[in-house]
Amino acid sequence: MVREDTFEHAHQYLSGLTDEELKVRFWALTQEIVDPLVELARAHTSPSIERSVLMRMGIDTPTCVAVVGECDSRGLLGHGAGHVVLVVMQALDFDAPSAAAKLANGDADAWAVVEAKWGSTR
Amino acid sequence: MSELLPPLKPEQKLDVAALLDGIENYHPRRNGWTWRKLVPDQKLYEFCYRETSTGVKNGIPLPAAHYFENIDPQPDCVVTTEIASGRLEDDIRRMRMAAWHGADHIMVIRTAGQSHIDGLLEGTPEGVGGIAVTRKQCRVTRRALDLIEDEVGRPINYHSYVSGVAGPEIAVMFAEEGVNGAHQDPQYNVLYRNINMHRSFVDAAVAKRIMRSVRMLQIDGAHNANATSIKAWKVMPELLVQHAINCAFSVSIGMPKEDIALSTVPPDAAPAPAMRMDLPYAVALRDLFGEYKMRAQQNTRYMESDSRDATVSHVMNLMISRLTSADIQSTITPDEGRNVPWHYNNIAAIDTAKQSLVGMDGMREMVKIDRENAELRNRIRELKERAVLFLEAMIADGGYFASVEEAYFVDSGEYPETHDDGIRRTMDGGVGVGTIVPRADDYIAPVCHHFGENHLPRSVEKPCHAIGGCTLCDRDKIPFIDELDPEDNVNVRLAATAELRERDLVKPEVEWAGDGVVVVTMFLPAGERVAEAAALVLGKSMNLTDCEVVHKRVMHPAEGTLIELKGRLDVAVDPATLVIPEPPEVISDEEIRDFVHERNLKVVAATVGQDEHSVGMREIIDIKHGGLEKWGFAAEYLGTSVPIEKVLDAAIEHAAQAVLISTIITHNDMHRDAMQKLADLAAEKGVRDKLLLIAGGTQVTDKLACEWGMDAGFGRKTKGIDVASFIVKTMRERGM
Repeated sequence: MVREDTFEHAHQYLSGLTDEELKVRFWALTQEIVDPLVELARAHTSPSIERSVLMRMGIDTPTCVAVVGECDSRGLLGHGAGHVVLVVMQALDFDAPSAAAKLANGDADAWAVVEAKWGSTR
Repeated sequence: MSELLPPLKPEQKLDVAALLDGIENYHPRRNGWTWRKLVPDQKLYEFCYRETSTGVKNGIPLPAAHYFENIDPQPDCVVTTEIASGRLEDDIRRMRMAAWHGADHIMVIRTAGQSHIDGLLEGTPEGVGGIAVTRKQCRVTRRALDLIEDEVGRPINYHSYVSGVAGPEIAVMFAEEGVNGAHQDPQYNVLYRNINMHRSFVDAAVAKRIMRSVRMLQIDGAHNANATSIKAWKVMPELLVQHAINCAFSVSIGMPKEDIALSTVPPDAAPAPAMRMDLPYAVALRDLFGEYKMRAQQNTRYMESDSRDATVSHVMNLMISRLTSADIQSTITPDEGRNVPWHYNNIAAIDTAKQSLVGMDGMREMVKIDRENAELRNRIRELKERAVLFLEAMIADGGYFASVEEAYFVDSGEYPETHDDGIRRTMDGGVGVGTIVPRADDYIAPVCHHFGENHLPRSVEKPCHAIGGCTLCDRDKIPFIDELDPEDNVNVRLAATAELRERDLVKPEVEWAGDGVVVVTMFLPAGERVAEAAALVLGKSMNLTDCEVVHKRVMHPAEGTLIELKGRLDVAVDPATLVIPEPPEVISDEEIRDFVHERNLKVVAATVGQDEHSVGMREIIDIKHGGLEKWGFAAEYLGTSVPIEKVLDAAIEHAAQAVLISTIITHNDMHRDAMQKLADLAAEKGVRDKLLLIAGGTQVTDKLACEWGMDAGFGRKTKGIDVASFIVKTMRERGM
């Protein structure tokens, strides 16, 4: 939308505010804009976030890509890719990199553990 | 670990092979950001500084420092340089040069396209317009910087970008590798990289929380609005809004305010009345964001190929930093408008910042911003009100995402004026659209420093307990991948230039070892188009290949054009073949003093010809400059523009043993005439054998002076000790 500079008219109602009040208003408005963004982030995840979880579990990057890709296509990302790896670790007594490697290689035993918990989506 | 590598020696080059060796086991020595240590009222030479910090152990002072006992005052703020030639092995050599000149914040630009790669790169592939940022690249760089910071004696912050579609992963890798600072701003992804807006903010929250875990300093991306907009001075209200959104979002994620820096640029450049337009903005920003750090970026919006023009803009920007405040002073290389920065232009920019900041040290105490000035006061208020109107409209239109769909940002109108030419992005578009997933009720991420819903069992003490520790708690768990591409890596590149290093060959370079690039500056008496075409022919006849005019400036449409021509010179010099004259022999103070005392030596000195400069001569004779008087010489200084006859008469009258004349080089050979006349006159009067005749001046060489009848000639950088040594040595040799 093209609009002329309406500042002279538009700012009138702000002129009663002190500089400090204006500053408070500036930050309150910003927070109002930011709050839903924070909430969105709190309640969602993404492939990169899940790969970052696996990285922190000591898993190398090609394996992170493979496991998260597979979790995504099986509709498991919302449970957490780290959660998927954790379940396999605990069931088969592996450390995180070994469990992830099994999942990345399509190991049937490993995926059976996952399917037993969340069902098969394909 | 860097302890295993020997400390750097100033006279030796960085050993890249040693830095690569054992890199899989290298651990960074620290995390987090380091500020400079302010030294209040620091005394250096005869001066007292108000805004300087602890000095460096090794460094290259400003060019004029030799007049002031080579002091190298370091400003209070961190000084940034941006280095990314595309090859880490060349970057680290430039980082060392930059650190010696005063940079303690080394920022690497990423290769084109990395922000759209969904995942991490590995190894050391060559980048384009920047470097492929990888774990190995970061680790080798950090290892080199650890050695370099020990060499200069000041911590160096290493910095890159947590942006693109792999932000959380990059943040983890940076945290693990001891990267000290990073750009992180989801708005940058949305506006300039067209990454889906939902994905950008969701990823950013996790990335920021990881950055916080190691106290990585965050710099936002708002300055890009300035660099992108059609009329950069119109985006000031929006800049305030962009800074605020990233700050408030980061604080909501848990980042401390002192770890958040605003990337702020004075938006204008001359011929606009830039200072008067930029100052109110700088003040408004600091009023609103007082709890945050200021990273003063330099204006690039109006920068073209003229490095002089860029430097002047930057000095004006630096003045704004000094009049207001800067925690980090960024520098932009003066050649950024023409190419990926070259070695010496990084150094030029660092020197510009250091020179300006030190030169304006404490200025704020005497020159204050007049907050009562009506124009300033009204404009500050207006900018803040325009920003508030912007925020209110965003809310009325449905929030951040909706306002980006409405192209609120980077519009060329000053809000509330709009021209509908802003950057428009849609919620259902962009790279990575549709890739965010709601976290289920049983969502678990069994690692530390994870943002958002995480349904870990209540019993766990630490999030990573179930996996026996995460990489942020136990760095032995970090996997290392060396190289994935057998052709595109540092080892292959180093092999191609091995001969240069092994034989210590000298080949010109601007970016990469052995690139052979040189620049020739020439004035051509022709108009722009003819000059450019002629320059290419001239370059070819100089045996340069790949010639390209990188800068031209019309001096007059018909009379001439200045041309800077880039070309490649495929020649390397073997230092073993060079004949380099030995530096002049210097005799000890005591020996000179005894010799002078025994013989009661006297010199007569004068600046001759039509030269009114006395500084050079004073340095050679005055005791306070370490001149001849220091060893007991009696010196008779006759002044400036002294006729030769008078000089010689005075020498005879005072029974001096040496005559010193100072002269500038002139077009009409007056300097030569002066020297020859002095020699002839001395011979005529029968005193030539009794007198040492010495000429000095910035352009004088020993060879020329001797050809014109002198006993010696001394050029630029001559010290009293050089002249004193010569007199004593020659008088001994000649039995005078």
